[in-house]
Amino acid sequence: MKILVPVKRVVDYNVKVRVKADGTGVDVANVKMSMNPFDEIAVEEAVRLREAGVASEVIAVSCGVQACQETIRTALAIGADRGILVNTDVELQPLAVAKLLKSLCDKEGPGLVLLGKQAIDDDAGQTGQMLAAMMNWAQATYASKVAVSGEKANVTREIDGGLETIEIKLPAVVTTDLRLNEPRYATLPNIMKAKKKPLETVTPADLGVDVAPRLQTLKVAEPPKRSAGVMVADVAQLVDKLKNEAKVI
Amino acid sequence: MSSYNAPVRDMQFVLKELAGLDEVAALPGCEEASEDLVDAILEEAGKFASGVLAPLNWTGDQEGAKWQDGAVSTAPGWKDAYQQFIEAGWTALAAEPEFGGQGLPKLVNTAVIEMWKSANMAFSLCPMLTNGAIEALLLRGSDELKAAYLPKMVSGEWTGTMNLTEPQAGSDLAAVRSRAEPQPDGSYKVFGQKIFITYGDHDLTDNIVHLVLARLPDAPEGVKGISLFVVPKFLLNDDGSPGSRNDVHCVSIEHKLGIHASPTCVLAFGDNGGAIGHMVGEPNRGLEYMFIMMNEARFAVGMEGVALAERAYQQAVEYARDRVQGTELGVRGGGKVSIIHHPDVRRMLLSMKSQTEAMRALAYVVAAANDKAHRHPDEAARAASQAFVDLLIPVVKGWSTENSIEIASTGVQVHGGMGFIEETGAAQHLRDARITTIYEGTTAIQANDLIGRKIARDGGTTVRALIGEMRDAAGALARGDESLKAIGKALADGVNAVETAVGYIVENYGSELKAVHVGAVPFLKLLGIVAGGWQMARAARIASQRLAAGEGDAGFYRAKVVTARFYADHVLPQAAALAHTVTAGSSAALALDEAQF
Repeated sequence: MKILVPVKRVVDYNVKVRVKADGTGVDVANVKMSMNPFDEIAVEEAVRLREAGVASEVIAVSCGVQACQETIRTALAIGADRGILVNTDVELQPLAVAKLLKSLCDKEGPGLVLLGKQAIDDDAGQTGQMLAAMMNWAQATYASKVAVSGEKANVTREIDGGLETIEIKLPAVVTTDLRLNEPRYATLPNIMKAKKKPLETVTPADLGVDVAPRLQTLKVAEPPKRSAGVMVADVAQLVDKLKNEAKVI
Repeated sequence: MSSYNAPVRDMQFVLKELAGLDEVAALPGCEEASEDLVDAILEEAGKFASGVLAPLNWTGDQEGAKWQDGAVSTAPGWKDAYQQFIEAGWTALAAEPEFGGQGLPKLVNTAVIEMWKSANMAFSLCPMLTNGAIEALLLRGSDELKAAYLPKMVSGEWTGTMNLTEPQAGSDLAAVRSRAEPQPDGSYKVFGQKIFITYGDHDLTDNIVHLVLARLPDAPEGVKGISLFVVPKFLLNDDGSPGSRNDVHCVSIEHKLGIHASPTCVLAFGDNGGAIGHMVGEPNRGLEYMFIMMNEARFAVGMEGVALAERAYQQAVEYARDRVQGTELGVRGGGKVSIIHHPDVRRMLLSMKSQTEAMRALAYVVAAANDKAHRHPDEAARAASQAFVDLLIPVVKGWSTENSIEIASTGVQVHGGMGFIEETGAAQHLRDARITTIYEGTTAIQANDLIGRKIARDGGTTVRALIGEMRDAAGALARGDESLKAIGKALADGVNAVETAVGYIVENYGSELKAVHVGAVPFLKLLGIVAGGWQMARAARIASQRLAAGEGDAGFYRAKVVTARFYADHVLPQAAALAHTVTAGSSAALALDEAQF
């Protein structure tokens, strides 16, 4: 069984993001970029499944600018076997990415697509679900445990009330949550091998997909600055303010 | 405690734009070291350093290594971290491919070991000492010894130690008394006591490979009668696995000012009949072999200076951003501000930052030259690089480590009263840094080596070539803007100071040996400050070219120019004062009777 792992290049989680002065988006020029942490968990899970003999090949896919190659190399250093870059400079929205992935699924025929439940840049949390719908496959989102047996998988999902375990038929789309695993540190030999693993580049046109944005960003703004606090005289005043000013109790 | 983030951006700048990674990657055997691979290595090593090693730095300091019943147990978390470290293959980075290494250039390794040392200096000493032992075996070990020990040491499965010091033989190794008696089977029985043995015993691995200096029964007195032996903690079975316990035991560990988690052992050899060992290389040449490796070891300790300065700086910046105290000078009615707004805090932080960057740049440039000295196809180029390396290694060692103490101390100062409280963690860097000017040759030993073997011996030829190169770099800034001009002028003045001091040393070394030696350490600092200024000037020039061309990360390059300017105005002017001390400071230092002290 092949596992396809889509990985997204995002602003590193340690970076304090800044909104561009003209309000059109986030400034990513000369900002440290790295793999979406949820996708890293997906790569780790896929590699573990291959190591356990459940999967035969792990393919890392990234859609976007040329520099997404680095993100794919990171996945290859963790242990993915080969990479595919869908190269485009167009701003990609979840629907376009899902269509690109559908086209790759049709071509590669994976038994499982493992990806992050959301990307930490736009937090859309849609790609996996859209892909599953377009493929007409089962989906299991927010996975904190994945157990594959034969043609089926048991996936434990993190839901509001606790954990829910569902059985799904493969092929399927599984999106990963934070507690699924703790990604390994890449080893030096694997970092060096990653350079030599195959990395194929295709374009949306090659895949016959129109990636033109369907949504228009009107404005991106910083959250309002926290205003200074006030000292309250006693508990009664605090309760009063919470009740009548903040209206939270 | 404080976190550590590898300064990957500055490392990349120094590797690629100052130290010439592309030239190193073009050397035979270094082809693997492409920019993208090096980026990936820095990235992943940085993650490991921050994620695994840095969190243990403070707990290691507090808990320390423990000795009980003749055995050392390492600090909590050490075993697991070491296991992860070797599984990730980091020990093999620059080792020979023949024995399982990746054969990457020293330049790349230098950046990576800086990370280990910043993240957790006490931990980093274990692989560092193993590396020293690997080098010795590689250089002079027989094929049997290499095959038996090197693969396991390169993989980190076994560690290595260097056993030089004895109670009466510290800086003066001629006084070594440990002895080795030849046995009929060609092995030796080693007897004696060694002190200050870093990671001389621990619970991280199945075996420890000790390299030991000892005298043969018929050996001549002094330095020419010392041989080198390999003495494993566990003797090897026929299949190469560790077998019976050898007669070498850790009888205690030291209680130290810093690096608490690095066990510093007293090792007793041969108390129960003799520790079995094998000779490395030829009889009576042990010290000579040690000196070949000494360059590497001294360079590595120089990197400890860079690494601790970086860690102290990161912690100080974090605190200065966070700590709110007082209002901004000259602002009426403004609110309280974080202390990074205060002029003197900025001065302290920039003095830390600018010197750390200068030290890093000089060290990496020397590492690149070291690769060229080993691998350049042209013999003359190899020789020129080697001369450059030999000249500057005592500077990288002595100057970077002396600075690191001062920088770590400034880091404490930025914290104010909290810096004096151990819990803050700033003091640990100062305590850890304190050993670096002592071991692998004190600063005075570095300085004596510098003015004697590296300068007086060739009449100043090598250092004058460097003076010429530095002067050219200063001249190149004369056409720049006001800031570049000021940097160029400060460097030119510094180079003049070096030239004056070198003239004095070369002229008087033969006749006024003691007087010249009074100025040895001041000269070492002088050369360090100016050579560091040379690198900052190069950095400023490259950064302004990039800015003018609109290439790359403008914020980084602008900060680089500003940092170089700070160095030019605050650090380089010390050169003139030091030159005065070198040329005029000896008479008073030598004038008092012993009784008058």
